[in-house]
Formats: sequence, C-alpha cells, structure tokens
Amino acid sequence: MTKPENEWTWKEIPVGNVVLEPGNTSQYRTGDWKALRPMLNKERCIHCGLCYIFCPDMSYQLDKEGYFIVDLFYCKGCGICARECPTGAITMVMEEEI
Amino acid sequence: MIENLNVFAVRTLTQKEYFAPGHRACQGCAEALAVRLVAKALGRNVIVANATGCMEVTTTPLPFTAWRVPWIHVAFENTAAVASGIESGLRVLMRKKRIPSKKVTTVAMAGDGGTADIGLQALSGALERGHNFIYICTDNEAYMNTGIQRSSSTPFGAFTTTSPVGKVQMGQPTWKKNMPAIALAHDIPYVATACPSYPMDLVQKVKKAADIPGPAYIHILSVCPTGWRSAPELSIKLGRLAVETGVFPLYEVERGKYRLTIDFPKLKPIKEYFKLQGRFRHLTDEMIEEIERRVHQEYEKLKEESSKGG
Amino acid sequence: MGKRVGMEVSIAAAEAVKQCNVDVISAYPITPQTHIVEHLSEIVANGELDAEFFCVESEHSALSVCVGSEAVGARSFTCTSSQGLALMSEITYIASGMRLPIVMAIANRTLSSPLSIWNDHSDVMSIRDCGWIQFFTENGQEVYDHIFIAYRVAEDREVLLPAIVNLDGFTLSHVIEPIELIEQEMIDQFLPPYQPLFRLHPDLPITMGAFASPAIFAETKKAQEVALISSIPIILQVWKEFGDMTGRYYQPVETYKAEDAETLIVAMGSIAETASAAVDQMREQGRKVGLVKIRLWRPFPFDAFKKAVLNSKNLVVIDRAVSVGGPGGPVASEVKSAIYGYDRRPYVYNFVAGLSGRDVTPSDFVKMVEKAEIEIEEGNREGYEIYGVRE
Repeated sequence: MTKPENEWTWKEIPVGNVVLEPGNTSQYRTGDWKALRPMLNKERCIHCGLCYIFCPDMSYQLDKEGYFIVDLFYCKGCGICARECPTGAITMVMEEEI
Repeated sequence: MIENLNVFAVRTLTQKEYFAPGHRACQGCAEALAVRLVAKALGRNVIVANATGCMEVTTTPLPFTAWRVPWIHVAFENTAAVASGIESGLRVLMRKKRIPSKKVTTVAMAGDGGTADIGLQALSGALERGHNFIYICTDNEAYMNTGIQRSSSTPFGAFTTTSPVGKVQMGQPTWKKNMPAIALAHDIPYVATACPSYPMDLVQKVKKAADIPGPAYIHILSVCPTGWRSAPELSIKLGRLAVETGVFPLYEVERGKYRLTIDFPKLKPIKEYFKLQGRFRHLTDEMIEEIERRVHQEYEKLKEESSKGG
Repeated sequence: MGKRVGMEVSIAAAEAVKQCNVDVISAYPITPQTHIVEHLSEIVANGELDAEFFCVESEHSALSVCVGSEAVGARSFTCTSSQGLALMSEITYIASGMRLPIVMAIANRTLSSPLSIWNDHSDVMSIRDCGWIQFFTENGQEVYDHIFIAYRVAEDREVLLPAIVNLDGFTLSHVIEPIELIEQEMIDQFLPPYQPLFRLHPDLPITMGAFASPAIFAETKKAQEVALISSIPIILQVWKEFGDMTGRYYQPVETYKAEDAETLIVAMGSIAETASAAVDQMREQGRKVGLVKIRLWRPFPFDAFKKAVLNSKNLVVIDRAVSVGGPGGPVASEVKSAIYGYDRRPYVYNFVAGLSGRDVTPSDFVKMVEKAEIEIEEGNREGYEIYGVRE
C-alpha cells in the first residue's frame, strides 16, 4: 500500500519526486463519489462490451460467464454505461446507505 | 439505439489497461476515456509527455500515478519540445548502442490550451523539425483545469468564465481555431480528428499514426460535462452528436490525401447538439443559424477535399 | 601535458562539449552565445560528434528538449544568454526539481531593457534560486575545464542536479586565449558515460513530474535543497581529481594576496583577473589589499567564504548586476548574509561595476578601494553605488 501523501518524510521521497509504482491510483476508492450505481439485468445483456469500452474509469471487468461486471470500488456513477447500453440492460439506481 | 455498427468491434481491442482507475477525473469525463483509448491503442512501448492540464492533474497526485507506461510532465507550453527531446534522446541512445534498439513510440499529450494557445510555438517547432512522434490534443474546448476559461478552441458563442454571457457580450466572440489545419500546414504525413464516442475509429487512427514515420497530429474532441454544463451520462452521446451535426467532423489526412472516416448522407440539426449543453443555452435562433451555416460550409469543404484524389 | 592551442573561448567550450560525447544538443542562438552553438553544429555536421543537434524555435524549448532527452538518459547540453535565459527560466526551476543533470553554458549578458548585448551578470542573477549548481569562470581555460567538471559533478549519483558554467559574454566568449586541451583518454576516464538513476523507458514505467499538494511539497523542497548543499563535498572531490589529472586545482573560493589583507575585493568572473592586477599595484604601494574570488556560486560555499574573509576589516564587493530597489547588488547581499551571524566581521562596501560590458580597469579598482576605505572610515555602513555613472 502506498502511504498517503501526508505521511512521507523528505528522505523517503524518491529522487526527483518520481513515482515508481505504475498505476498505484488503483488504491484510491473513487467509488465513494457516486450517488447512483449501475445495476445490470443479465437477461437483456448481449455482451457487446459498450459499457466496458465507454467507462472513463475502467470500472468494468469481463467475468467468467462473459458478462461485463462493474467494479463499485471505482465506479463514479456517471451513468454513461446505462445510457449507452443498446438493450437497456443497465439502469442507474440510488446508492443506498450501508 | 444502435448508432454505429463500427462500435461493436469493441471486443477486438486489448483487455489490458495502461491507464489505471482511481484517477481523479470528473464523473463522465470523456477526456479520461480518450486517454484510456489512446493508451490501449499504443500499448506498453510508449513514452508519454503530458502538458499541465486536466489529465496531468487528475492522474498524477504525488505519490500516486494512474499511468502504467513511462510518463513525464514538465510544464504547460512545452509538451512538443519535451517530446522532441525524448524522441531524439531515444534515437541517439539506440544509435550509440547504449540502450537496445526497439520500437518505442513517443507521444505528446496536451489539451486545447496547451496546444492551440500557449503550446502552439513548441508544437510548430516540433512539427517543422520532423520528429517521429504523435501529438495528441485532447480538446475539451476551454481551459477546464483552471476553472473553465476560454481558449482559442472554445466554439463560437460558448459560455466560459472569461467569455461569459452578459448584456453586451454573449459568450465566445471568435470562431474555434482550426488546429488540424495548422498542423497540416507544416506538411506532416498524418493529421486526424477523433472522438471517443467512436472508439474503433480513434484506436485505428492512433495506431496508424504510430506506424507512420515522422510527426503525426491527432485532435480528439473531449466532452467535458463539468465545463459544458451537460449531464455526465451524456458524454458519449454528445460526442456522437458533435460528429453527426458536422460540428466536429471525423477525418484523416494521410500524406495530403483527405478522407472523411465517418460520413453521413445528411447532417443532424445543430440544435440537437446545443440543447443538451448549458454553455449554449443563451444562443439565439439567429446565432444558431449563423453557426449552422458555417459548420455546413466547412463540412462541404471537407467533403470536397475527401472526394479528390481517388 | 595536453596540447596548448590559441583558440576562441566559445570554440573551446564547444570542443569540450564534443569531448564529453554529449548525446543531445539543443539551443537557440543569442548574442554572445552564438559561436558556441555554431561551432557545435559544425562539429556534428562533420561527424566529429555523434549527437542529435537541434536549433529549436526558442530558448524555452531548448531547455525543454534537454529535459526530455535527459529524462530518457541522454547526456544533454544547451547554452544561452540574457533574454534567452530569462525565457527559459521557468524550466530551470523544473529541471532542478526533477533532478536532471543537464549542463548549460551561459555567456553572461545583461538583461533588457534597454536592450544590450554586452556583458554583465544580471541574467544569471535572476535565477539564483533555481536550484542549479553554478560555477563562475575567470578565463578560457577555466571555461573549457568546467564543462567536464560540470558533467562529472552533475551526473554523480549523490548529486543528480543540473549545472551552469558561467562565462562572461564577449569578454570571455569572444576572445582568443591559450587553452591547454586534455587528451580524450583522460576525459573518458574522468567522465564515464551517464548512468541515470531513473529514466523513462517502457521496461520500467515511472512517472516524472507529478504534482504535489501542500501536504507533501515542503518535503520535496527540503530533499532538493539538501541535495544541492550536499553536493559541495563532491564538487571538492571532483576538483581534486581534476587537479590531479591536469595540474589545475580549483577551489570554491580562491584568494589572491589575501592572507594579511585589511581590505578584500570580492569579485566573480573574468573581472577578477583585472582586480588581481589592481591588487598587485596596490600592494606595490604598500597597501594591504587582497582579492577573494567566488568560483562556486551555488551552492554558496559558506565555510570557504567565511574562512577567507572573516579576518579582514573591509570587503569591497563588486557586483555585475543591480538588484533594483533592493539592499545592494546580489553578491553583496549574499556576502552580508553569509557573515551576518558573527560578532567580528568586516564592513561591506558595494560597487556595481561594469554594467553591460563597460570596461573596468585596474585603476578603477584602485579608486573603488580607496573610496570604500574612506567611506567606511567615516562611518558609512551602507555603502552602495553604481560605479562610474556620469552625473
């Protein structure tokens, strides 16, 4: 786990302030941003992959059954997937308090 | 519904993501999507030089980075110069056998501000020198990162905080600067426009640019729900409408030969594009007519160029 | 002993760059740096040096290209003066923050306005805080030598900071001086190929130039400052090695007839040579005057400087730039800061001399020393003037 910015001492920062761990923003839960969350109706899904390709946050992953499943850890709830789905298989629902 | 069959070839793209989630771009940011698609098109053997702007700030908050490829940010206006240095540094190191020879694509990425305004000089110099690199301008049509101020790429009439709608002036007073034409004037082998709403078209163009030796310029329309005052879920639809109304035609110019890569028998009315964006809500019918006339005029010119040279 | 040749100092500098087997050269012409760039382009065009040479479209881009090429691990060089330096100044701060060991030669020339092509130090004084290692040279041999020294110091794994070699425009850049060339085999041993600590390459994807929030920025600056200050022992060691190799030993602060001096002239750059002639004259008259030359400007060599000056009575600090509206010239301000904390310290009298290349002769120095001594004697503690202005 990369330490948060306010815990680094000056000696620990790599020379030139380079970031040595590629893609470590993947530790950051942008999923907290959303007010709406996508819900998939598998019966309508035609596996086209549009939800996956249009997600600006790389939140869709192909599962073993061939469905694209959203990763709520990252999903910001923008609604692009629901809007672009050609069969209306995705609907946006309110995030519930857990 | 199914707008373009082209789009279904999505699953032929690589599943690898060279651009990681967890970046801080806004919900529905089509610029982040553009960057994601470019990264997919180019793969791992790239070095990216990025300008100060939305993408730089949202993807690299020290000590984090969303990039899974080598990436450097230096300043706002010098991306093309930094890319020139990267490209020539790689070339000389391979020639002197200090690093193994293999194909590494140098990519410069900047917004409309870092390209058409403050970055124009460096871009012109790099194109003139003929470096082997791809310059990608992700155009969200204003200085979005600093709070939606106008750039020379802001379309006529659009609201921005420095071209506001008031009693005396109504939005951007000048027409959008034609950056692809400026790039083309440098006599480079490849210039193209693209939009993430047409992902396969975008990926094809980026791959082509990587394969053509010499400078390539790709101008990507990046819908910005925050700055355009549109619903985040509409970012893809808006990009599509921009193309379908002729506002942002998708074309490429390969060694001087024009080709409209997505063409329509009839352009949709521009009102359909404007009505979904708050930045255009003040436009009068007169202004809309004027804009549509000019958009159609320029579209016709492109069609004419495309039909030449069979 | 190497071959001793009479050559224009700019040419010598270019030859040194060639001997360093530089990979990328990117520059924009500006008087009086032009001869360096022109000769470098000839060298590359003749195949004497295998390098990428670009005449870019502005100085800002010149340094930006070097940042890009240095980031992939290519040894890079640029040179400029005056307005060009001012234009690229944004990037100088960035290059040092990113710890990229670029070497830049600056043919010092005054900053506009008014436009003037002649020599003073106002250009480099405007980037005092940029974080680069900065050397001042006094003659052609030193210019030639310091290109090698600069690369060697800059690329040291413990340093990794960009370095500037200052040479006075026209006064040094355009004069023909005897230069003792160093054999290539010796240079190759002294300066091995550049091994970057971090570099951009797909085999190891790293991010350079991330932005820092208030929560982490101070730590990055502390790290950068420590790096610059800690470079002093390495600079000293490299100078020693260079001296062992060539017989020319350099010091961060050099003194001339200063041991028992009551009044010390403090100067930087080629004007110090003129000052030493004046010191000889004054010594002949029995006056206890000496000279202190600051060779290492950044990091400021506090220890060496204090050792050289604390025992004197008066310091006549010669500035080659005006800090308009400030507490005196830049060098004088820093000299005063350096000795502030000591109860026993010399008085400082500050002259700004030789602005925009106006000639300063040994007799000018004699006059300046005389005036300073008198003024200080009469109780003037804030002596500052631009020398020789016609009223």
